[in-house]
Amino acid sequence: MFEGLIRYFSSSSNREVLFEQLGQHVYLSLVPLAAGVLLALPLGRLAQRLRWLRAPLLGGANVVYTVPSLAVFVLLPSVIGTGYTSSGNVVIALTLYTTALLLRPVLDALEAVPEHVTLAATAMGYRPHRRFLAVELPLAVPALTSAVRVASVSNISLVSVGALIGVGGLGRLFTVGFPMPDTVRIVVGIVATVLLALAVDLLLVALWRLLTPWERAGKAVSRS
Amino acid sequence: MAAADPLGTRREGGEPVLITEILAWLLDPGNWSGPDGILRQTLLHLFYCVLAVTSAVLLAVPAGLYIGHTGRGAVFVVGFGNALRALPTLGLVTLLTLVFRGRVALVALTVLAIPAVLSGTYAGIRAVPAHVVDAAKGMGMTSRQRLWKVELPNALPLLMGGVRNAMLQVMATVMVAAYVGLGGLGQILLTGQRINDYERMAGAAILIALLAVLVDLVLAGVTRLVTPRGVFLTARSGTTSRRRR
Repeated sequence: MFEGLIRYFSSSSNREVLFEQLGQHVYLSLVPLAAGVLLALPLGRLAQRLRWLRAPLLGGANVVYTVPSLAVFVLLPSVIGTGYTSSGNVVIALTLYTTALLLRPVLDALEAVPEHVTLAATAMGYRPHRRFLAVELPLAVPALTSAVRVASVSNISLVSVGALIGVGGLGRLFTVGFPMPDTVRIVVGIVATVLLALAVDLLLVALWRLLTPWERAGKAVSRS
Repeated sequence: MAAADPLGTRREGGEPVLITEILAWLLDPGNWSGPDGILRQTLLHLFYCVLAVTSAVLLAVPAGLYIGHTGRGAVFVVGFGNALRALPTLGLVTLLTLVFRGRVALVALTVLAIPAVLSGTYAGIRAVPAHVVDAAKGMGMTSRQRLWKVELPNALPLLMGGVRNAMLQVMATVMVAAYVGLGGLGQILLTGQRINDYERMAGAAILIALLAVLVDLVLAGVTRLVTPRGVFLTARSGTTSRRRR
Protein backbone atom coordinates (compact mmCIF):
# COMPACT_ATOMS: atom_id res chain seq x y z
CA MET A 1 0.00 0.00 0.00
CA PHE A 2 2.70 2.41 1.08
CA GLU A 3 4.85 1.62 -1.94
CA GLY A 4 1.80 2.00 -4.13
CA LEU A 5 1.21 5.47 -2.73
CA ILE A 6 4.81 6.47 -3.36
CA ARG A 7 4.56 5.15 -6.90
CA TYR A 8 1.28 7.02 -7.41
CA PHE A 9 2.65 10.34 -6.22
CA SER A 10 5.99 10.00 -8.00
CA SER A 11 4.20 10.30 -11.34
CA SER A 12 3.85 13.95 -12.22
CA SER A 13 0.83 13.29 -14.44
CA ASN A 14 -0.94 11.66 -11.49
CA ARG A 15 -0.23 14.70 -9.36
CA GLU A 16 -1.49 17.02 -12.07
CA VAL A 17 -4.72 15.03 -12.48
CA LEU A 18 -5.21 14.98 -8.70
CA PHE A 19 -4.85 18.75 -8.46
CA GLU A 20 -7.18 19.30 -11.38
CA GLN A 21 -9.80 17.03 -9.79
CA LEU A 22 -9.35 18.76 -6.45
CA GLY A 23 -9.90 22.11 -8.16
CA GLN A 24 -13.05 20.84 -9.86
CA HIS A 25 -14.30 19.43 -6.58
CA VAL A 26 -13.75 22.73 -4.79
CA TYR A 27 -15.50 24.61 -7.59
CA LEU A 28 -18.45 22.22 -7.86
CA SER A 29 -19.10 22.07 -4.12
CA LEU A 30 -18.24 25.56 -2.88
CA VAL A 31 -19.78 27.75 -5.59
CA PRO A 32 -23.22 26.20 -4.84
CA LEU A 33 -22.52 26.60 -1.12
CA ALA A 34 -21.92 30.34 -1.50
CA ALA A 35 -24.83 30.74 -3.92
CA GLY A 36 -27.08 28.73 -1.60
CA VAL A 37 -26.24 30.97 1.37
CA LEU A 38 -26.89 34.08 -0.73
CA LEU A 39 -30.27 32.69 -1.82
CA ALA A 40 -31.35 31.23 1.52
CA LEU A 41 -30.78 34.50 3.43
CA PRO A 42 -33.32 36.63 1.53
CA LEU A 43 -35.73 33.70 1.28
CA GLY A 44 -35.45 33.09 5.02
CA ARG A 45 -36.02 36.79 5.60
CA LEU A 46 -39.11 36.68 3.37
CA ALA A 47 -40.44 33.64 5.23
CA GLN A 48 -39.85 35.47 8.50
CA ARG A 49 -41.66 38.63 7.40
CA LEU A 50 -44.52 37.12 5.42
CA ARG A 51 -46.20 34.39 7.42
CA TRP A 52 -48.32 33.11 4.52
CA LEU A 53 -45.15 32.37 2.51
CA ARG A 54 -43.66 30.28 5.27
CA ALA A 55 -45.53 27.00 4.75
CA PRO A 56 -45.10 26.87 0.93
CA LEU A 57 -41.40 27.85 1.13
CA LEU A 58 -40.54 25.33 3.84
CA GLY A 59 -42.64 22.63 2.18
CA GLY A 60 -40.98 23.26 -1.17
CA ALA A 61 -37.53 23.22 0.44
CA ASN A 62 -38.37 19.93 2.10
CA VAL A 63 -39.35 18.28 -1.19
CA VAL A 64 -36.24 19.60 -3.00
CA TYR A 65 -34.09 18.39 -0.15
CA THR A 66 -35.71 14.95 -0.20
CA VAL A 67 -35.16 14.30 -3.90
CA PRO A 68 -31.78 12.57 -4.38
CA SER A 69 -29.27 14.90 -6.02
CA LEU A 70 -28.30 12.32 -8.62
CA ALA A 71 -31.88 12.25 -9.86
CA VAL A 72 -31.77 16.04 -10.06
CA PHE A 73 -28.50 15.90 -12.02
CA VAL A 74 -30.22 13.67 -14.57
CA LEU A 75 -33.59 15.45 -14.71
CA LEU A 76 -32.54 19.11 -14.55
CA PRO A 77 -31.21 19.15 -18.15
CA SER A 78 -34.71 18.52 -19.47
CA VAL A 79 -35.66 21.86 -17.87
CA ILE A 80 -32.57 24.02 -18.45
CA GLY A 81 -31.18 22.26 -21.53
CA THR A 82 -27.54 21.68 -20.56
CA GLY A 83 -25.63 18.41 -20.63
CA TYR A 84 -26.22 16.50 -17.43
CA THR A 85 -22.58 16.38 -16.39
CA SER A 86 -21.83 19.96 -17.38
CA SER A 87 -20.59 22.08 -14.51
CA GLY A 88 -23.49 24.50 -14.91
CA ASN A 89 -25.99 21.73 -14.36
CA VAL A 90 -24.19 20.44 -11.26
CA VAL A 91 -23.79 23.93 -9.82
CA ILE A 92 -27.48 24.75 -10.32
CA ALA A 93 -28.63 21.41 -8.88
CA LEU A 94 -26.44 21.73 -5.79
CA THR A 95 -27.40 25.39 -5.35
CA LEU A 96 -31.05 24.34 -5.21
CA TYR A 97 -30.09 21.67 -2.74
CA THR A 98 -28.02 23.96 -0.49
CA THR A 99 -30.74 26.61 -0.49
CA ALA A 100 -33.33 24.02 0.51
CA LEU A 101 -31.06 22.69 3.24
CA LEU A 102 -30.34 26.15 4.67
CA LEU A 103 -33.80 27.70 4.51
CA ARG A 104 -35.10 26.31 7.80
CA PRO A 105 -31.91 26.98 9.80
CA VAL A 106 -31.84 30.55 8.44
CA LEU A 107 -35.43 31.07 9.51
CA ASP A 108 -34.79 29.49 12.93
CA ALA A 109 -31.66 31.60 13.41
CA LEU A 110 -33.49 34.82 12.52
CA GLU A 111 -36.41 33.92 14.78
CA ALA A 112 -34.00 33.26 17.63
CA VAL A 113 -32.79 36.89 17.71
CA PRO A 114 -34.26 38.22 20.99
CA GLU A 115 -37.09 40.67 20.49
CA HIS A 116 -35.66 43.21 22.95
CA VAL A 117 -32.57 43.47 20.74
CA THR A 118 -34.54 44.27 17.59
CA LEU A 119 -36.71 46.67 19.56
CA ALA A 120 -33.63 48.43 20.92
CA ALA A 121 -32.20 48.70 17.42
CA THR A 122 -35.48 50.16 16.16
CA ALA A 123 -35.48 52.64 19.02
CA MET A 124 -31.94 53.68 18.06
CA GLY A 125 -33.28 54.59 14.63
CA TYR A 126 -32.35 51.56 12.52
CA ARG A 127 -34.66 51.13 9.54
CA PRO A 128 -35.83 47.54 8.92
CA HIS A 129 -33.35 46.69 6.13
CA ARG A 130 -30.40 48.29 7.86
CA ARG A 131 -31.42 46.60 11.11
CA PHE A 132 -31.54 43.25 9.36
CA LEU A 133 -28.02 43.64 7.94
CA ALA A 134 -26.40 45.29 10.97
CA VAL A 135 -28.14 43.62 13.90
CA GLU A 136 -30.20 40.52 13.13
CA LEU A 137 -27.89 38.91 10.56
CA PRO A 138 -24.71 39.15 12.69
CA LEU A 139 -26.55 37.74 15.70
CA ALA A 140 -27.77 34.83 13.57
CA VAL A 141 -24.22 33.93 12.47
CA PRO A 142 -23.45 31.26 15.12
CA ALA A 143 -26.61 29.26 14.37
CA LEU A 144 -26.08 29.78 10.65
CA THR A 145 -22.50 28.56 10.78
CA SER A 146 -23.45 25.13 12.05
CA ALA A 147 -25.98 24.75 9.21
CA VAL A 148 -23.46 25.94 6.61
CA ARG A 149 -20.92 23.43 7.96
CA VAL A 150 -23.39 20.59 7.46
CA ALA A 151 -24.20 21.89 3.96
CA SER A 152 -20.51 22.07 3.01
CA VAL A 153 -19.86 18.46 4.01
CA SER A 154 -23.03 17.39 2.24
CA ASN A 155 -22.06 19.21 -0.99
CA ILE A 156 -18.57 17.76 -0.96
CA SER A 157 -19.93 14.22 -0.62
CA LEU A 158 -22.67 14.78 -3.23
CA VAL A 159 -20.08 15.88 -5.80
CA SER A 160 -18.15 12.65 -5.23
CA VAL A 161 -21.29 10.56 -5.68
CA GLY A 162 -21.89 12.52 -8.89
CA ALA A 163 -18.83 10.79 -10.35
CA LEU A 164 -21.17 7.82 -10.93
CA ILE A 165 -22.79 9.62 -13.84
CA GLY A 166 -19.59 11.30 -14.96
CA VAL A 167 -19.48 14.51 -12.91
CA GLY A 168 -15.86 15.68 -12.42
CA GLY A 169 -14.02 16.04 -9.14
CA LEU A 170 -12.22 13.72 -6.74
CA GLY A 171 -14.96 11.10 -7.19
CA ARG A 172 -13.35 10.32 -10.56
CA LEU A 173 -10.54 8.60 -8.65
CA PHE A 174 -13.12 6.03 -7.51
CA THR A 175 -14.71 5.45 -10.89
CA VAL A 176 -11.28 5.25 -12.54
CA GLY A 177 -9.74 3.15 -9.77
CA PHE A 178 -12.56 0.61 -9.40
CA PRO A 179 -12.52 -0.99 -12.87
CA MET A 180 -8.68 -1.05 -13.05
CA PRO A 181 -8.77 -2.28 -10.14
CA ASP A 182 -6.49 0.09 -8.25
CA THR A 183 -7.04 0.46 -4.51
CA VAL A 184 -4.28 3.08 -4.27
CA ARG A 185 -6.25 5.53 -6.38
CA ILE A 186 -9.36 4.92 -4.27
CA VAL A 187 -7.48 5.46 -1.01
CA VAL A 188 -5.95 8.67 -2.40
CA GLY A 189 -9.48 9.80 -3.35
CA ILE A 190 -10.92 9.04 0.09
CA VAL A 191 -8.10 10.79 1.93
CA ALA A 192 -8.19 13.80 -0.39
CA THR A 193 -11.97 14.15 0.01
CA VAL A 194 -11.81 13.92 3.81
CA LEU A 195 -8.96 16.45 3.91
CA LEU A 196 -10.90 18.80 1.66
CA ALA A 197 -13.99 18.53 3.89
CA LEU A 198 -11.83 19.13 6.96
CA ALA A 199 -10.09 22.15 5.42
CA VAL A 200 -13.38 23.74 4.39
CA ASP A 201 -14.80 23.07 7.84
CA LEU A 202 -11.82 24.75 9.52
CA LEU A 203 -12.16 27.72 7.17
CA LEU A 204 -15.84 28.05 8.08
CA VAL A 205 -15.03 27.95 11.80
CA ALA A 206 -12.35 30.62 11.25
CA LEU A 207 -14.85 32.73 9.31
CA TRP A 208 -17.39 32.33 12.11
CA ARG A 209 -14.87 33.56 14.72
CA LEU A 210 -13.97 36.46 12.45
CA LEU A 211 -17.62 37.43 12.06
CA THR A 212 -18.51 37.23 15.76
CA PRO A 213 -15.74 39.11 17.60
CA TRP A 214 -18.15 40.03 20.43
CA GLU A 215 -18.46 36.40 21.56
CA ARG A 216 -14.79 36.23 22.54
CA ALA A 217 -14.73 39.83 23.78
CA GLY A 218 -17.52 38.96 26.21
CA LYS A 219 -15.68 35.87 27.41
CA ALA A 220 -12.41 37.77 27.91
CA VAL A 221 -14.17 40.38 30.02
CA SER A 222 -16.03 37.89 32.18
CA ARG A 223 -12.85 35.93 32.78
CA SER A 224 -10.81 38.93 34.01
CA MET B 1 -15.38 20.35 -16.97
CA ALA B 2 -16.76 16.99 -17.93
CA ALA B 3 -14.58 15.30 -20.47
CA ALA B 4 -17.02 12.50 -21.19
CA ASP B 5 -19.96 14.84 -21.47
CA PRO B 6 -22.48 13.04 -23.61
CA LEU B 7 -26.00 13.69 -24.62
CA GLY B 8 -27.75 15.99 -22.21
CA THR B 9 -31.35 16.16 -23.22
CA ARG B 10 -30.60 15.84 -26.89
CA ARG B 11 -30.10 12.60 -28.69
CA GLU B 12 -27.58 12.27 -31.44
CA GLY B 13 -29.94 13.56 -34.08
CA GLY B 14 -30.26 16.78 -32.05
CA GLU B 15 -33.94 16.30 -31.39
CA PRO B 16 -34.94 16.97 -27.78
CA VAL B 17 -36.28 14.20 -25.59
CA LEU B 18 -39.87 14.91 -24.65
CA ILE B 19 -41.48 14.23 -21.33
CA THR B 20 -44.02 12.06 -23.17
CA GLU B 21 -41.25 9.72 -24.28
CA ILE B 22 -40.01 9.39 -20.70
CA LEU B 23 -43.58 8.62 -19.65
CA ALA B 24 -43.90 6.11 -22.48
CA TRP B 25 -40.80 4.34 -21.19
CA LEU B 26 -42.17 4.37 -17.65
CA LEU B 27 -45.56 3.02 -18.71
CA ASP B 28 -44.24 0.25 -20.95
CA PRO B 29 -45.13 -2.96 -19.07
CA GLY B 30 -42.14 -4.69 -20.68
CA ASN B 31 -39.84 -2.47 -18.65
CA TRP B 32 -41.45 -3.48 -15.37
CA SER B 33 -41.08 -7.25 -15.40
CA GLY B 34 -38.07 -9.54 -15.57
CA PRO B 35 -34.91 -9.83 -13.50
CA ASP B 36 -33.74 -6.35 -14.53
CA GLY B 37 -37.24 -4.89 -14.53
CA ILE B 38 -38.40 -1.85 -12.60
CA LEU B 39 -40.36 -3.87 -10.06
CA ARG B 40 -37.50 -6.06 -8.89
CA GLN B 41 -34.97 -3.21 -8.89
CA THR B 42 -37.31 -0.96 -6.92
CA LEU B 43 -37.72 -3.64 -4.24
CA LEU B 44 -33.96 -4.18 -4.13
CA HIS B 45 -33.39 -0.42 -3.89
CA LEU B 46 -35.83 -0.17 -1.03
CA PHE B 47 -34.40 -3.26 0.67
CA TYR B 48 -30.86 -1.83 0.69
CA CYS B 49 -32.05 1.48 2.11
CA VAL B 50 -34.13 -0.11 4.85
CA LEU B 51 -31.34 -2.56 5.71
CA ALA B 52 -28.73 0.20 5.98
CA VAL B 53 -30.90 2.51 8.07
CA THR B 54 -32.10 -0.32 10.33
CA SER B 55 -28.51 -1.41 11.01
CA ALA B 56 -27.58 2.20 11.72
CA VAL B 57 -30.53 2.54 14.13
CA LEU B 58 -29.52 -0.66 15.95
CA LEU B 59 -25.98 0.65 16.38
CA ALA B 60 -26.47 4.38 16.87
CA VAL B 61 -29.66 4.65 18.96
CA PRO B 62 -28.25 2.73 21.97
CA ALA B 63 -25.01 4.74 21.70
CA GLY B 64 -26.93 8.02 21.45
CA LEU B 65 -29.18 7.10 24.38
CA TYR B 66 -26.18 6.23 26.53
CA ILE B 67 -24.25 9.38 25.66
CA GLY B 68 -27.32 11.60 26.01
CA HIS B 69 -28.40 10.05 29.30
CA THR B 70 -25.00 9.98 31.00
CA GLY B 71 -23.51 13.00 29.28
CA ARG B 72 -20.32 10.99 28.78
CA GLY B 73 -18.62 11.11 25.39
CA ALA B 74 -20.55 14.08 23.99
CA VAL B 75 -17.40 15.38 22.28
CA PHE B 76 -17.19 12.01 20.57
CA VAL B 77 -20.64 12.46 18.97
CA VAL B 78 -19.68 15.72 17.29
CA GLY B 79 -16.14 14.82 16.26
CA PHE B 80 -16.82 11.25 15.21
CA GLY B 81 -20.09 12.19 13.50
CA ASN B 82 -18.47 14.89 11.39
CA ALA B 83 -15.57 12.63 10.44
CA LEU B 84 -17.99 9.89 9.31
CA ARG B 85 -20.05 12.39 7.37
CA ALA B 86 -16.98 13.53 5.43
CA LEU B 87 -16.11 9.99 4.27
CA PRO B 88 -17.04 9.69 0.59
CA THR B 89 -19.48 6.78 0.32
CA LEU B 90 -18.54 5.98 -3.26
CA GLY B 91 -14.89 5.66 -2.25
CA LEU B 92 -15.73 3.46 0.71
CA VAL B 93 -18.01 1.23 -1.38
CA THR B 94 -15.48 0.73 -4.16
CA LEU B 95 -12.65 0.13 -1.69
CA LEU B 96 -14.61 -2.38 0.41
CA THR B 97 -15.77 -4.20 -2.71
CA LEU B 98 -12.24 -4.49 -4.09
CA VAL B 99 -10.76 -5.62 -0.78
CA PHE B 100 -13.46 -7.95 0.54
CA ARG B 101 -15.69 -8.72 -2.51
CA GLY B 102 -19.35 -9.61 -2.12
CA ARG B 103 -22.10 -7.51 -0.60
CA VAL B 104 -19.88 -5.92 2.01
CA ALA B 105 -20.43 -2.61 0.20
CA LEU B 106 -23.69 -2.23 2.09
CA VAL B 107 -21.61 -1.61 5.22
CA ALA B 108 -20.65 1.73 3.68
CA LEU B 109 -24.31 2.73 3.47
CA THR B 110 -24.72 1.92 7.16
CA VAL B 111 -21.66 4.02 7.97
CA LEU B 112 -23.26 6.86 6.05
CA ALA B 113 -26.49 6.57 8.05
CA ILE B 114 -24.92 6.43 11.51
CA PRO B 115 -24.06 10.13 12.12
CA ALA B 116 -27.59 11.39 11.47
CA VAL B 117 -29.21 8.79 13.75
CA LEU B 118 -26.56 9.27 16.45
CA SER B 119 -26.82 13.05 16.54
CA GLY B 120 -30.63 12.92 16.34
CA THR B 121 -30.84 10.55 19.32
CA TYR B 122 -28.28 12.50 21.32
CA ALA B 123 -29.89 15.87 20.55
CA GLY B 124 -33.31 14.41 21.39
CA ILE B 125 -32.21 13.29 24.84
CA ARG B 126 -30.34 16.52 25.55
CA ALA B 127 -33.37 18.58 24.47
CA VAL B 128 -35.60 17.08 27.16
CA PRO B 129 -36.16 20.04 29.49
CA ALA B 130 -34.27 19.77 32.77
CA HIS B 131 -37.43 20.42 34.83
CA VAL B 132 -39.09 17.37 33.27
CA VAL B 133 -36.17 15.13 34.21
CA ASP B 134 -36.05 16.71 37.67
CA ALA B 135 -39.75 16.07 38.17
CA ALA B 136 -39.21 12.41 37.25
CA LYS B 137 -36.35 12.27 39.75
CA GLY B 138 -38.54 13.89 42.39
CA MET B 139 -41.19 11.22 41.80
CA GLY B 140 -38.61 8.63 42.73
CA MET B 141 -37.87 7.22 39.28
CA THR B 142 -34.61 5.36 38.91
CA SER B 143 -32.07 6.36 36.28
CA ARG B 144 -33.23 3.51 34.04
CA GLN B 145 -36.92 4.42 34.45
CA ARG B 146 -36.17 8.05 33.63
CA LEU B 147 -34.42 7.01 30.44
CA TRP B 148 -37.17 4.69 29.18
CA LYS B 149 -40.29 6.40 30.49
CA VAL B 150 -39.36 10.09 30.29
CA GLU B 151 -36.33 10.86 28.19
CA LEU B 152 -36.87 8.44 25.30
CA PRO B 153 -40.54 9.34 24.64
CA ASN B 154 -39.69 13.03 24.78
CA ALA B 155 -36.72 12.50 22.49
CA LEU B 156 -38.72 10.66 19.82
CA PRO B 157 -39.48 13.62 17.52
CA LEU B 158 -35.79 14.57 17.20
CA LEU B 159 -34.70 10.93 17.14
CA MET B 160 -37.08 10.19 14.27
CA GLY B 161 -35.86 13.37 12.58
CA GLY B 162 -32.40 11.81 12.67
CA VAL B 163 -33.75 8.58 11.19
CA ARG B 164 -35.48 10.54 8.42
CA ASN B 165 -32.25 12.39 7.66
CA ALA B 166 -30.33 9.13 7.60
CA MET B 167 -32.85 7.59 5.20
CA LEU B 168 -32.62 10.66 3.01
CA GLN B 169 -28.86 10.42 2.76
CA VAL B 170 -28.95 6.69 2.10
CA MET B 171 -31.62 7.21 -0.58
CA ALA B 172 -29.37 9.81 -2.20
CA THR B 173 -26.38 7.48 -2.33
CA VAL B 174 -27.79 3.96 -2.65
CA MET B 175 -27.05 4.22 -6.38
CA VAL B 176 -23.45 3.41 -5.48
CA ALA B 177 -24.64 -0.16 -4.78
CA ALA B 178 -25.68 -0.43 -8.42
CA TYR B 179 -22.21 0.75 -9.48
CA VAL B 180 -20.53 -2.24 -7.80
CA GLY B 181 -23.08 -4.62 -9.30
CA LEU B 182 -25.59 -5.05 -6.48
CA GLY B 183 -28.53 -3.74 -8.48
CA GLY B 184 -31.31 -1.37 -7.53
CA LEU B 185 -32.89 1.45 -9.52
CA GLY B 186 -29.45 2.92 -10.01
CA GLN B 187 -28.64 0.01 -12.27
CA ILE B 188 -31.39 1.02 -14.70
CA LEU B 189 -30.03 4.57 -14.70
CA LEU B 190 -26.42 3.49 -15.21
CA THR B 191 -27.42 1.06 -17.98
CA GLY B 192 -29.34 3.87 -19.62
CA GLN B 193 -26.24 6.03 -19.48
CA ARG B 194 -24.01 3.30 -20.92
CA ILE B 195 -26.27 2.71 -23.91
CA ASN B 196 -27.06 6.42 -24.42
CA ASP B 197 -30.74 5.96 -23.65
CA TYR B 198 -31.86 9.17 -21.98
CA GLU B 199 -35.49 8.06 -21.59
CA ARG B 200 -34.33 5.13 -19.51
CA MET B 201 -32.05 7.35 -17.40
CA ALA B 202 -34.71 9.98 -16.83
CA GLY B 203 -37.35 7.34 -16.12
CA ALA B 204 -35.13 5.73 -13.50
CA ALA B 205 -34.29 9.15 -12.03
CA ILE B 206 -38.00 9.95 -11.71
CA LEU B 207 -38.59 6.61 -9.96
CA ILE B 208 -35.65 7.21 -7.60
CA ALA B 209 -36.98 10.66 -6.75
CA LEU B 210 -40.57 9.48 -6.24
CA LEU B 211 -39.42 6.60 -4.05
CA ALA B 212 -37.35 8.96 -1.87
CA VAL B 213 -40.27 11.35 -1.38
CA LEU B 214 -42.64 8.48 -0.68
CA VAL B 215 -40.35 6.86 1.90
CA ASP B 216 -39.88 10.23 3.62
CA LEU B 217 -43.65 10.64 3.82
CA VAL B 218 -43.99 7.15 5.30
CA LEU B 219 -41.35 7.96 7.91
CA ALA B 220 -43.13 11.22 8.71
CA GLY B 221 -46.28 9.15 9.30
CA VAL B 222 -44.37 6.68 11.47
CA THR B 223 -42.99 9.59 13.51
CA ARG B 224 -46.52 10.75 14.27
CA LEU B 225 -47.59 7.22 15.13
CA VAL B 226 -44.79 6.50 17.59
CA THR B 227 -44.68 9.93 19.22
CA PRO B 228 -46.83 10.02 22.35
CA ARG B 229 -49.76 12.40 21.95
CA GLY B 230 -48.66 14.73 24.72
CA VAL B 231 -45.16 15.09 23.29
CA PHE B 232 -46.56 15.67 19.82
CA LEU B 233 -48.88 18.41 21.02
CA THR B 234 -46.11 20.12 23.00
CA ALA B 235 -43.77 19.98 20.03
CA ARG B 236 -46.44 21.47 17.81
CA SER B 237 -47.28 24.34 20.15
CA GLY B 238 -43.53 24.86 20.48
CA THR B 239 -43.45 25.47 24.21
CA THR B 240 -40.68 23.17 25.36
CA SER B 241 -38.86 21.46 22.52
CA ARG B 242 -38.06 24.71 20.74
CA ARG B 243 -35.91 25.85 23.65
CA ARG B 244 -32.90 23.87 22.70
CA ARG B 245 -29.94 26.14 23.08
